[in-house]
Amino acid sequence: MTLLDAQEISVHFGGVKAVQNVSFSVAEGEVFSIVGPNGAGKTTIFNLVSRIYDTTHGRIVFDGEDITTIATHHVAELGIARTFQNTELFEQETVLNNLLIGCHVHRQTNLIADLFFLPSVRRQELRFRQQVEDVIDLLDLQSYRDQVIANLPYGVRKMVEIARALCIKPKLLLLDEPSSGLNPEETDDLMFWLEDINEELGITVLMVEHDMNLVSQASDRVMAVADGQLLTIGTPEEVQSHPEVLRAYLGD
Amino acid sequence: MRFIRKTRYDQDINLIQHSGHILWYGLLLLAVFSGPFWLDRFLTGEFALVFIYAIAGLGLMILVGYTGLVSLGHAAFLAIGAYMHAYLLNAGVPLPIAMTVAALFSALIGGLVGIPALRMTGIYLAVATLAFAVIVEQVLVHWESVTGGFRGMPVPRAEIAGLDLGRPAAFYYLCLVILLGCMILVMNLLRSPTGRAMTAVRDSETSAESMGIHLARTKTLAFALSAGLTGLAGALFAHRLSYLAPDAFTIITSIQLLLMVVVGGVGSLHGVIYGAIFIGLLPQGIAIFRDAVPPTVAQIPGLEPAIFGLILILFLIYEPLGIYGRWRKIRLFFEEFPLYRKATYKRQKAFLRTERLH
Repeated sequence: MTLLDAQEISVHFGGVKAVQNVSFSVAEGEVFSIVGPNGAGKTTIFNLVSRIYDTTHGRIVFDGEDITTIATHHVAELGIARTFQNTELFEQETVLNNLLIGCHVHRQTNLIADLFFLPSVRRQELRFRQQVEDVIDLLDLQSYRDQVIANLPYGVRKMVEIARALCIKPKLLLLDEPSSGLNPEETDDLMFWLEDINEELGITVLMVEHDMNLVSQASDRVMAVADGQLLTIGTPEEVQSHPEVLRAYLGD
Repeated sequence: MRFIRKTRYDQDINLIQHSGHILWYGLLLLAVFSGPFWLDRFLTGEFALVFIYAIAGLGLMILVGYTGLVSLGHAAFLAIGAYMHAYLLNAGVPLPIAMTVAALFSALIGGLVGIPALRMTGIYLAVATLAFAVIVEQVLVHWESVTGGFRGMPVPRAEIAGLDLGRPAAFYYLCLVILLGCMILVMNLLRSPTGRAMTAVRDSETSAESMGIHLARTKTLAFALSAGLTGLAGALFAHRLSYLAPDAFTIITSIQLLLMVVVGGVGSLHGVIYGAIFIGLLPQGIAIFRDAVPPTVAQIPGLEPAIFGLILILFLIYEPLGIYGRWRKIRLFFEEFPLYRKATYKRQKAFLRTERLH
């Protein structure tokens, strides 16, 4: 079943056509990667799906619902979680608080209940904490729980960001270059976790990635883009040997 | 050093986290509640003022410290609360109702100011709120039928159901109880989803939005809550002044309020209290200073705002985390003694955007 369906999406910034008529669909339960040279429009596609940019043309359908024009903060409620290329964590907060913010979409209390910290708020906090602890256990973040993000090394921050996205309990997880800035061992760990997230939690993954080793081992299908245009979609092997892709990376 | 064994998640949620808190905050409560018995009349009045500043400071801290929006116009909310309260009291409304309405009205105005402010951050927001404060000041001067203009407006004595709260000791307790109530509300707010949403907006708007946080609603709410608390402080401030005139709510007052938050320590509730004590008692300090220096120096016009400004700049340069930040460093030094590492708080040069402190 198709979970995410992008139909001929384009975005123009003035005269710059960052993405032109790109169509792809992500099936439920698959790991789908987007590759391409720098400036190809990979992150822009992400920003279109997570509604940070407005689509100029085309339609994006998620789980049977047209999300082309919904408000940005509704995206998480529908079950799309994302990470950012250079990490966008809440720097002054502890890992625990960052992950608790991930639970925000499941919030049921209102301002008045919060101000008086009614028993319902406490029960909700305990439930959130349980969710957070499950994610901490999954990604082995126990030792960082009470640390402030600003003091953590980059590799850990990347994992905290994935953890925070998982706290949304998403159907679709968008990972923007999850391995950038990670050392080889961390990248190996990431590969295992990706498998866990995809197979155990049943979360569909859409990622932008440059590490071809990671892409070919982790993903079911790959889409190659260059200069805002779709080159090809297929299995990792097909895409890696596709003449257009080779030309985009290596030139004529 | 204290090591706490945690066996339940409740321990991270409770306001009182360990027995040390009960002891020290218990002693503090005992000290403040017995205040009027060991303070003289003058100091009792001064501490009531400190409590009023602290209530306004809580409001400003929600906005500046936790939501990351700067306001240079909070004197306006103080004024709105004060005038509304006095107007209702003069119309014969009982004090508790007048005070509640004053706070709610101020919150409403705060919410309205928050709407255009949604598009602005940093310096632009500071200028916009400053402009708002100037407008309010002009309204106070010119809307004579309501505010009395420059002639001012008398504030009736504080009394609840025939109980006179005008005496320094009674007023001290009124301010203290309201402050404690507000503190508990704000502490609850900060440990609940609403407060977390605010800190998320402060640290990264893009990220907060993709976590499902409604930016506009969160910011408007922060403005409204902030203005409401400041308006409540304004209602008490009206009694303290006993006669309202526009010159009590100028830009200097706004700067004092911001100074309180920055000097106390941005992003901490302890900081609010330290800041309130600091700006509540600083004018006395300046008065003593004036007596000590030659008259040529003491009579320089604008000496007080200049000293306020100087202190603000010195704190921004040398101790951005304020008095509370300094206190934490001192406490850590003794906790880790003799193993304290000198470079613990050394400011590092950040080269990644993500490592820079916002």
